[in-house]
Amino acid sequence: MTKVQSIKSPSIQGEDRAHEADHPSSPVAKFGMDQPLKLDCGIDLAPFQIAYQTYGELNAERSNAILVCHALTGDQHVNNLHPVTGKPGWWETMVGPGRPLDPSKYFIICSNVLGGCMGSTGPASLSPATGKVWGLDFPNITIPDMVRAQAMLIDRLGIETLFSVVGGSMGGMQAVQWAAAYPERVFSTLAIACSTRHSAQNIAFHELGRQAVMADPDWRGGRYVDQGTHPHRGLAVARMAAHITYLSDAALHRKFGRRMQDRELPTFSFDADFQVESYLRYQGSSFVERFDANSYLYLTRAMDYFDIAADHNGVLAKAFRGIKTRFCVVSFTSDWLFPTSEARALVHALNASSARVSFAEIETDKGHDAFLLDVPEFFDISRAFLQSAGKARGLGDAGVV
Amino acid sequence: MALQEQTLPLPGVAPQASTSLRPDHVLVAEMVEPGSRVLDVGCGDGDLLQLLESRGIDGRGIELSREGVNHCVAKGLAVVQGDADTDLVNYADDAFDYVILSQTLQATRQPKAVLENLLRIGHRAIVSFPNFGFWKMRLQLLVGGHMPRTENLPATWYDTPNIHFCTIKDFVQLCDEIHVKMERAVALDLYGRPVPLNLPWWVWNMFGEQGVFLLSRGGKGR
Repeated sequence: MTKVQSIKSPSIQGEDRAHEADHPSSPVAKFGMDQPLKLDCGIDLAPFQIAYQTYGELNAERSNAILVCHALTGDQHVNNLHPVTGKPGWWETMVGPGRPLDPSKYFIICSNVLGGCMGSTGPASLSPATGKVWGLDFPNITIPDMVRAQAMLIDRLGIETLFSVVGGSMGGMQAVQWAAAYPERVFSTLAIACSTRHSAQNIAFHELGRQAVMADPDWRGGRYVDQGTHPHRGLAVARMAAHITYLSDAALHRKFGRRMQDRELPTFSFDADFQVESYLRYQGSSFVERFDANSYLYLTRAMDYFDIAADHNGVLAKAFRGIKTRFCVVSFTSDWLFPTSEARALVHALNASSARVSFAEIETDKGHDAFLLDVPEFFDISRAFLQSAGKARGLGDAGVV
Repeated sequence: MALQEQTLPLPGVAPQASTSLRPDHVLVAEMVEPGSRVLDVGCGDGDLLQLLESRGIDGRGIELSREGVNHCVAKGLAVVQGDADTDLVNYADDAFDYVILSQTLQATRQPKAVLENLLRIGHRAIVSFPNFGFWKMRLQLLVGGHMPRTENLPATWYDTPNIHFCTIKDFVQLCDEIHVKMERAVALDLYGRPVPLNLPWWVWNMFGEQGVFLLSRGGKGR
């Protein structure tokens, strides 16, 4: 391990992260013992809290609310500086003035998922029973559990029907689950780079990441907070492996090729000679500063369990029978984590249910991460979909930019 | 074959607007009752779907080319990327009031199966296709001795996507064979004008540049 010097130890930001888990910089909806969250594993979780951010104003008819669902390692900070890293919001390309999700037209909500570590209850939160961090005592959660918690937040905000639920990757899973679970509450769904069930290959990658975390001696059986450690090496390796799956061969070649990092010749060591190595190490070490290792285990597991068809006797179309929700499904040609075939399976099921669905495959070499990057065709399609849905919803000039 | 009278220009479509629209699109749009649910198979850039939606019709589309799909979706149309030959099986029975196959039949691998699927998914089907029995086609083959090429079908034999050309006569025979009822049939000449109805059938097959058919289930068998 001594040769992997480039994965830095977490800075003092680790303390900020731990603080955010229970006392976030965001507004929080607290649910008491009288409002338990019924989890798929059979446990009633109470009390619990959901941290969220909002952008824009809810209109008088309460008809312009859009819920943005974040991906595996995202959070509620869509379009503001991140309280731990100080970096811009994770979806400023999509959300903001003049963007497809414009806060001057829509009331945009994004909550930290159940099981996350940025203020919603999860393994990094304090357990009310013990006064200690939940750790592995936290119950296992699922994507439907996350959505159920979001629905309670939306109730709390006094919103009956969401104009749209929008998300990519794990966020796309939530967006589709929203429509399947609450079809009357979702006017439209924009599901990006996602699937209705996690593939064997994706489960395999997640297992690799979890094993990397758990193999780190600092993980301490999940009780690292109590023991004053954090499995940053294991979590960084998990992030590095996952990050490769978010890109593509072509994108890696375009960005780095075989170029050397600050040197002309190989050092004949295991130092980061190649730019791509240096980049991955940076991705790993910056991730551990803002993310909780146990939270990573729980959220990857939730994705693994996701299979909408399994909840409907194996027939995906049954999940959407008679649904009125308008769908737009988007995939990217170079995404090998959630390839177009997965999107197409969803589209076929929606067609079989006679749902109103648009489906576009965007040509790009940027891989799975394309939904977070500047891909103009993707924005054009998202904007037009929301505009036409807005027209059907009677949102007036909604979406006119 | 019973043919009904039809009038142009069409109700709901302004005459000046119709000049910029394709005549076959206008004719197809006129065959669809307002308020219906329509699936346009091979919807291209979505021009017909837009015309239909402007008339209060709930339209969906399938298009093979990614560019076509993305144009449509960027116009706010409900269009998915798909193949008429393979993807129609995913649609439920009776899912639509009309299923339209506009200038696409000749590009499918299995026109008969596609036609059967259209009338499984939709209560009615509207099919338009270029008539290979058109006199210009015949003349090119007879006199020129080469595969016909026209203004509307400019591709050469080796790069055309159109692999199953037929004549109006052939199409009528296929409809009979698979028990499809022809509710309406219109042949458009080279200028998009309907061939007069009082002319005999062989004239249609000779002077119709394209045929537009409104079909339903339960036609006469052989």
